[in-house]
Amino acid sequence: MSVDMRTFLAHVELANPITTAAGCASSGRELAQFFDLHRLGALTTRSITMAPRAGRPTPRMAETPSGMLNAVGLQGPGIDAFLERELPWLAQRGIRTIVSIGGGTVAEYSELARRLADAPGVTALEVNLSCPNMEDRGRVFAREGSAAAEVIASVRSIMRYDVPVVAKLAPDVADIVSVARACVDSGADALSMINNPLGMAIDTEALRPSLAAVTGGLSGPAILPLAVRCVWQVHAALPGVPLIGIGGVMSGRDAFQLVLAGACVVGVGTALFHDPYACLRVERELEDLLRARGFQRLADAVGLAHRPPGSAHRHLLVDSEESTP
Amino acid sequence: MQVTGTVLTTRRVDAYHALTVVAPGIAERYRPGHFVSVAVGGAYTSMVTRRAFSIHDVKSDYGGTVELVFTAGGPGTAWLAERRARDTLDLVGPLGRPFPLPRDPAHCVLVGAEYGSAVLFPLADALLARGCRVDFVLGAAGAERVFGAMRARRLAETTTLTTEDGSLGVRGKVTDALPAVIADTRADVVYACAPMETLRAVTAVAMEFDIPVQVAVEESMACGIGVCMTCVLPIIGDDGVTRMVRACVEGSVFRGEQVRFEDVGTIPFDALGAPGGGVRHVS
Ligand SMILES: Cc1cc2nc3c(=O)[nH]c(=O)nc-3n(C[C@H](O)[C@H](O)[C@H](O)COP(=O)(O)OP(=O)(O)OC[C@H]3O[C@@H](n4cnc5c(N)ncnc54)[C@H](O)[C@@H]3O)c2cc1C
Ligand SMILES: Cc1cc2nc3c(=O)[nH]c(=O)nc-3n(C[C@H](O)[C@H](O)[C@H](O)COP(=O)(O)O)c2cc1C
Ligand code: FES
Repeated sequence: MSVDMRTFLAHVELANPITTAAGCASSGRELAQFFDLHRLGALTTRSITMAPRAGRPTPRMAETPSGMLNAVGLQGPGIDAFLERELPWLAQRGIRTIVSIGGGTVAEYSELARRLADAPGVTALEVNLSCPNMEDRGRVFAREGSAAAEVIASVRSIMRYDVPVVAKLAPDVADIVSVARACVDSGADALSMINNPLGMAIDTEALRPSLAAVTGGLSGPAILPLAVRCVWQVHAALPGVPLIGIGGVMSGRDAFQLVLAGACVVGVGTALFHDPYACLRVERELEDLLRARGFQRLADAVGLAHRPPGSAHRHLLVDSEESTP
Repeated sequence: MQVTGTVLTTRRVDAYHALTVVAPGIAERYRPGHFVSVAVGGAYTSMVTRRAFSIHDVKSDYGGTVELVFTAGGPGTAWLAERRARDTLDLVGPLGRPFPLPRDPAHCVLVGAEYGSAVLFPLADALLARGCRVDFVLGAAGAERVFGAMRARRLAETTTLTTEDGSLGVRGKVTDALPAVIADTRADVVYACAPMETLRAVTAVAMEFDIPVQVAVEESMACGIGVCMTCVLPIIGDDGVTRMVRACVEGSVFRGEQVRFEDVGTIPFDALGAPGGGVRHVS
C-alpha cells in the first residue's frame, strides 16, 4: 500500500514533501542530468540577487566533522539573467519551483519581488533573511525580528496573493520563536528553517583560517539536531504555520524527525553534494518509514511528536478501528 | 552518472596508490581529462564531501574499468588507500570538460608534476592515435614521486624528467626544462596538469613561444557536479570579461591564457559581479 505523500505549503499542493535546499541545487539544470526534476516536491533555487555577484574568494569550502563550512557569498548571475534563462527553463518544463531571493536592503528585496511578481513559474517565494542588512551595519536580517518583519511585509504586499511567501530563518538567534512570530505577523505564509549557523575551522598546516572569508555557514548532519530543535520550538508556538524543515538531512529517518517535529516540507542540501540522487532516496526512505509505522498519509505524521505523553498514536487508532468488524 | 563499482586491483606505484575499479558506465563515456568523484568513509561516514580524482586509465575488461592514482594525505585518501579487491566504491563521473584534441596531427608536449602526470597518459594515447607527436616532461620533488616515467618513455618521442632534489633527471622544476623541449620538438601545443603555481609558469612559457596551452586545474570541490559554487576561479571569457567560473563543470581543463593565475584565491575587482565595482551591471 502506498502512503499519500502529498503536502501543502500554505495553499499550494506539492506531490511530495521533498525539496532541494536553496543554494545546493543551483537552478536545477545540473541535477536534471541525474534524474527527472518532476519527481521533486519542488526545486528551490539558489538565492537570486539584483545584480550579478561574484561571491567570496576561495577557499570557500572546508569539510568539518559530519559537515562542512561554506562561504560562497551568493554567487549568481543576478535577476535579469535568472528571468531570461533560468526560470523559463524550469517553467517550460512545469517544474514546481520555489524561488529564493536575497538582498541587502528592504528596497532590494522589494524590487526582487516586483520583478518576480509577474514571472510565470514561481510556485512560492522564499526570502533568505540570512543576508547582511546594509542599513544596519551589516547585521543579518534574520537576527532581528523587526528587520525580518519589515522585509516580509514589503515582499508580501508585492507578490501575488496566490504565491506563498516563505521566510527563511537562521538558527543562531537568541529566540527563534520571536523572529518566527514577527515574520508570520507581517504576512509570511510559511517559514523555513534552518539556514546555516556560523562556524569556523582553522587549518593546522597553514596555521590560519581554512576559509578565505574566515567564517562560514555550517551544514550537513552536524546541524540536524539544531534544525529539529528549531522546527520543534516554532511548531509548538505556531502550530498552524506550515514549516519547511532543513538542516543535515541525509536519510529518510532524518527527514522523518523533522516531520515529527512539525515540518510539512523537508529541504535537502549538503546531502546532494554527497549523493546527487539524495532527494529521491530520502523521499523513498521516508515513505517506507511511514508505511512501516502504519501511516496512510504523510500529513498525519506532521508534528506528531508533540502529542502529550501517554496519548495513543493517532494513526494506530485509525488502523485498529478499521480492522474491527 | 553514479556507479557503485567493485575494486578490481590495488597496487603501489612508487609513492602512489593505484586503484582499478569496475565502473562500466563511466569507462564508456570517458574522454582524456575527465575526473570522477568518490564517496569516502563507507555507509555511515562523517565525511560529507566527495574526493575528486583524475582518471588515469580506462580498460574495457569486465565491461569497463577506471584506474585512479593518488597520494594518501588526509582522512579521505587514507581510507581509500585501505580499500582492497572486491570492496565497493561509490563513484560519480565522468565529470568535467575533457582535453580538446588538435584536429590535425600536431607536435604536443605533455607536462605533469607529481600525480598530475596520471591524467596525461590516456591523453597521450588519444594524441598518438591521431598521428600526433608526443613528448613528455614529468617532474616532482624527488625520484619516488615522479609518476609514470617508464610508461612515458615507451609512449613518447622523448621524455624529460626533473626533480627538485636532483635524484632523477634534471635538477629543477618541469618549467626549467620546458623551454628547451618546446624548442627542440618544435611543439604546436602544450598540455599540463600540476599544482596551480606550476601551471602558471607553464602557461607563461607557452605564451612566450606563442603556442596554445591547455591546463587541468585543481580546485577544492564539494560537489563536483556544478551545484555548490565552491570550486570557482577567475577566468577570462571570449568576450574579455572575467567571471568566477566553476572548475568542476566548465573545467577542469582551461586554456592557460584564460586563467588569471595571479588572482586565484581572490575576486578580481574587475570580475563580473565583484563587490563595488567592475562591470557589475552588465548582464
Ligand atoms: C579535478 C581534480 C582531480 C584530482 N585528481 C587527483 C589525482 O589524480 N590524484 C590525487 O592524489 N589527487 C587528486 N586530486 C586532489 C584530491 O581530490 C585531494 O587530494 C583529496 O580530495 C584529498 O582528500 P583527503 O581526505 O585526503 O584530504 P582532506 O584535506 O581531509 O580533504 C578535505 C576536503 O578538502 C578537499 N580537498 C583537499 N585537498 C584537495 C585538493 N588538493 N584538491 C581538491 N580538493 C581537495 C577534499 O575534497 C575534501 O572535501 C584532484 C582534485 C581535483 C579537483
Ligand atoms: C554551498 C551552500 C550554499 C548555500 N546557499 C544558500 C542560499 O543561496 N540561500 C539560502 O537561503 N541558503 C543557502 N544555503 C543554506 C541551505 O539552503 C540550508 O539551509 C543549509 O545548508 C542546511 O541544510 P543542509 O544541512 O541540508 O545543507 C547554502 C548552503 C550551502 C552548503
Ligand atoms: S564542486 Fe560544486 S560547483 Fe564545482
